[in-house]
Amino acid sequence: MSCHKVSLTVNGAKYAENAEARMTLVDFLRDVLDLTGTHVGCEHGVCGACSVIFDGKPIRSCLIYAVMADGHDVITVEGLEEDDGSLSPLQDAFWENHAMQCGYCTPGMLIATHQLLQENPSPSESEIRDAIGGNLCRCTGYQQIVEAVQMAAKKIKDNCV
Amino acid sequence: MKAAEFDYVKAKSLDEICLFLSQQAGEARIIAGGQTLVPLMAMRMARPNTLIDINDVEELKGIEITKKSVIIKACTRQSEVLESVDVRRSLPILSDALSHVGHTQTRNRGTVGGSLVNADPSAEISLIARLLDAEMTVHSVRGERVIKAANFFSSAMITNLDADECLTQVCFPIWSSVRTGFGFHETSIRASDYALASAAAQLSLDSSGQCRSISIVIGGATEIPTRISETEEQLMGSDLSDTEIKTAMEKIPEMLEPQADVHADADYRRRVACVLVGRALKDARERAKGSLV
Repeated sequence: MSCHKVSLTVNGAKYAENAEARMTLVDFLRDVLDLTGTHVGCEHGVCGACSVIFDGKPIRSCLIYAVMADGHDVITVEGLEEDDGSLSPLQDAFWENHAMQCGYCTPGMLIATHQLLQENPSPSESEIRDAIGGNLCRCTGYQQIVEAVQMAAKKIKDNCV
Repeated sequence: MKAAEFDYVKAKSLDEICLFLSQQAGEARIIAGGQTLVPLMAMRMARPNTLIDINDVEELKGIEITKKSVIIKACTRQSEVLESVDVRRSLPILSDALSHVGHTQTRNRGTVGGSLVNADPSAEISLIARLLDAEMTVHSVRGERVIKAANFFSSAMITNLDADECLTQVCFPIWSSVRTGFGFHETSIRASDYALASAAAQLSLDSSGQCRSISIVIGGATEIPTRISETEEQLMGSDLSDTEIKTAMEKIPEMLEPQADVHADADYRRRVACVLVGRALKDARERAKGSLV
């Protein structure tokens, strides 16, 4: 068993902590850095609840060991809020549309759809469904999540004009 | 669902990877994207003593395209290949198949080489490698060798790689004939889930519309991606009419011995594989004629 120093940036802040080689990034974020917004669901890459943005791209944080994130940049759901601490237009649209019931999948859904809107500000319904294809939700039937993303896209677009 | 204890080393070069592998006598595993290995370790179906991280080895990353082939270095992310406009232009069947590999989140980490060496029966990249008889280059302290896809896959999740070897690149040949077309189809429980069955076909026609070369392969419903040469031979020289395709496909079900699991029984996989071959062949024919983009 080996133990390693992990230095990384999370939501703009620098951290350096020790981690056993077998500790996944999601356990490191939650148990070592105390960033519990990211959820652990299946722990084998099926549910998407643990999605984070890693060097600008969404990945599953249960499928990478913390030691492999040494020197990299991570954004978690805590990093999506506005600078003043208020909800982002996307988070607000999830609230408005009841895009959650139990809320377990929500951090992963937000990460996946945040990234979608960054890359594609006016996604079609099928593009939204494709973007959340790797995220399981057992409550909403996905409909309200799709509607929330559509509302967020419209809000962001209207604010830019 | 936590991995057993292991040691971790980060390799800086291919030479270092080979050295680590040779010192570990089969007890070490390479980790690249980890999208297959990490779940296997979490479920303790894999328990390597040491993980060799190759994500910082730049010589194992990149795409090289020539007139004759598309060469992809083993540690290139699946998303990078999928997003490559040049790959889509030179080898559209690979781009098409890659869009079915996992989800955005897994493609952003998962590598082309990782998919090949894990040899999942449902893997789309392995299917295309077998379809085109791609060449895999592997390295070890003993030297380099090239393995054709036909000899690369041994059984489900097992390749013919030796324990001290590292896959460094895969070379997909490009067919030069003008009238060449491809088809790829798969069936899964949800979009981007593991394929219950998949099929791919590539063929080229001569100026009179007769089939001059053809390759057909089935995945998911077989332990390893499997060429169905009997059907290929039957269709060589034909016009590839719907009737000829239907007749040639009659023997496919008896050639397959699919695994049954909770998602689908063997009979279902056998029948679906057959339907998918038909669709792949017809798409390939129409693309070769220029009537399907």
